Amino acid sequence: MAQKKLKTAYDFTWRDMEVGNIITEAGNASLRRTGDWRSERPVVDKAECSKCALCWLYCPDGAIKILDDGYYEADLYYCKGCGICAGVCPCDAITMIEEEEI
Amino acid sequence: MSKRVALEASHAVAEAVKMADVDVIAAYPITPQTHIPERLAEMVANGELRASYMPVESEHSALSACLGAASIGARAFTTTAGQGLELMHEVVYVASSMRYPVVMVICNRALSAPLSVWGDHSDIMACRDTGWIQVFCENNQEAFDLTLWAFRVGEDSRVLFPVMVNLDGFTLSHVIEPVLLPEQSEVDSFLPKFKYPFALTPDRPMTHGAFGPPDIYSEAKVAQEVAFRKSREVILQGWAEFGDIFGRYYSPVELYKAEGAKTLLLTMGSLGTTAKMVIDEKRERGEAVGHVGLRLWRPFPFEEFRQAMKGVETLIVFDRSISFGMGGAVYAELRSALYDEEERPKVVSIIGGLGGRDVSVKDFEYMLDRGREVAERGTGKMLETVGIRGEMVSIKR
Repeated sequence: MAQKKLKTAYDFTWRDMEVGNIITEAGNASLRRTGDWRSERPVVDKAECSKCALCWLYCPDGAIKILDDGYYEADLYYCKGCGICAGVCPCDAITMIEEEEI
Repeated sequence: MSKRVALEASHAVAEAVKMADVDVIAAYPITPQTHIPERLAEMVANGELRASYMPVESEHSALSACLGAASIGARAFTTTAGQGLELMHEVVYVASSMRYPVVMVICNRALSAPLSVWGDHSDIMACRDTGWIQVFCENNQEAFDLTLWAFRVGEDSRVLFPVMVNLDGFTLSHVIEPVLLPEQSEVDSFLPKFKYPFALTPDRPMTHGAFGPPDIYSEAKVAQEVAFRKSREVILQGWAEFGDIFGRYYSPVELYKAEGAKTLLLTMGSLGTTAKMVIDEKRERGEAVGHVGLRLWRPFPFEEFRQAMKGVETLIVFDRSISFGMGGAVYAELRSALYDEEERPKVVSIIGGLGGRDVSVKDFEYMLDRGREVAERGTGKMLETVGIRGEMVSIKR
C-alpha cells in the first residue's frame, strides 16, 4: 500500500508536466487508491469457499489478497467492484454487496 | 556534389524519405493518395530502402501505426491529402499531444461535397489547431528540402513535435521539375539518427497515453502550447544549418521585391511562383508591389510577419479555402496578428483557387488591382473572390 509520499495532480503545475504527459515512473498504480469509485464490493463466505484461487487468478486488477489462513479476500484499496470474482467463483462463495448497504 | 534530376514533386518527397532512412512508412494507398507512397513501396520492394512498409486499411490507421512506431523510437513517415487527412483527424491531435515526431507530407486538396479530389487548402486549414509544425512548399526542390528538414526539426529533443509538409495537390504534387538531389553523406551530416528519449522498452517501463482528468488536462495543454512555441528556435536553427550544408536558405516569412513596396500580396504554396511573375511585370511598370510567401504556418511566425509588414500600406491575402461564416482563414489570422501594431497595413481578403480552379497571371493582376482599390475605399464590405462566376456578395464583418 501507499508507502511513498503520494503526489496528486494538484502537486503539478504546467511546468512539471513530462513531455507528452508520459509517466516515466513504472508501476505507480500501486500508489493510487484505484478502488475509490467502487459501487459494490465482493464479500467472501469462508464456509462456502474451497480455496480454488479462481478469483485471485481472474481479478483484472490483481486486487485479491491471499490471507494467512489460505482464504482469499478483495483488497478494497484497489478493488473496483467489477464482480468478475463473484462471477467465476464455482462455489458461489462471493456475493457483491452495494457499498451503500455497508 | 548534388545531382540534378527531373522529378515529380511526389517522387522528390519519396527520395527525401529514402535518404532520411526512415524505419516505418504507413499509408493508405488509394484515392486521395499520391505517388509518394507508390514510389516508396517500390523502393522498399526493390530493396533500395530498408523500412517496414505498412499498406494499412485507412488513414486513421496509417497515422496510428506511425504513432506506435514513433513510441519505440522509430523514424516514421506517412502521407495523405484531402479526405484522407479528415479521416485521420482524430489521431492528428494525438500525435502532437503525445509528442511523437512523425513526418507527414500533405498534398493539399479540397474537401467534399461536392466530391472533389482537386487542389486547395481546405484540408490543411481544418488542421490548423492540431499542434503540428506546418510548412508550405512552392516548388519540387522545396518539397524535397522541407521533407528532409522536417525529420531533423521534429525529432530534435528540444522539439518532439510532428511536422506537416504541405504541397499543393496536382499543381505541385504531380508536376515534374528539376531537383538537386544531395549526396547521402550530406544528408547524414544534416540529419542525425532519431534518438527518442522516451522510447518504450521492457528494460525501462513507462506509461504513454495515460488519461487526463480535469485536474491535470489544463496543465498538460498549457505545457504543450509553451513547448510548441519554443520549437521556433529549432525551426530557425534547422533552416540555417540546412542552408549551410545545401546552399538553400529558408525562413518563416519570405519576401519577394518587398523593398519599398506599398502593397504586398500574400500566398501560401505553389501559386507564389505565378504571383511573382505578376509582381515582376508590375514592378517594371513602376508599381510599388511585392510578394510575401508564408512558409511557416505553425507555430505562427508573429515576429517575422510583423517585421515584414512595417511600412506596408496594403496587404492582400489570398485564401484557398473558406472558413464558413468567417471568410478567409489565413486572412483572419494575419489581420489579428497585426491588431496590436501601432502602424499596420489595411488587410484585404481575396478567396479563390478552390477545388482545383486555376489561378492565372490575370487573376493575380486582378487581385493586386482590386486589392488596392478595396483598401482605398475601406475594407470588409464585400466577399472578395477571384475567378468565381456570379455577382459580388456584400457581407458584414
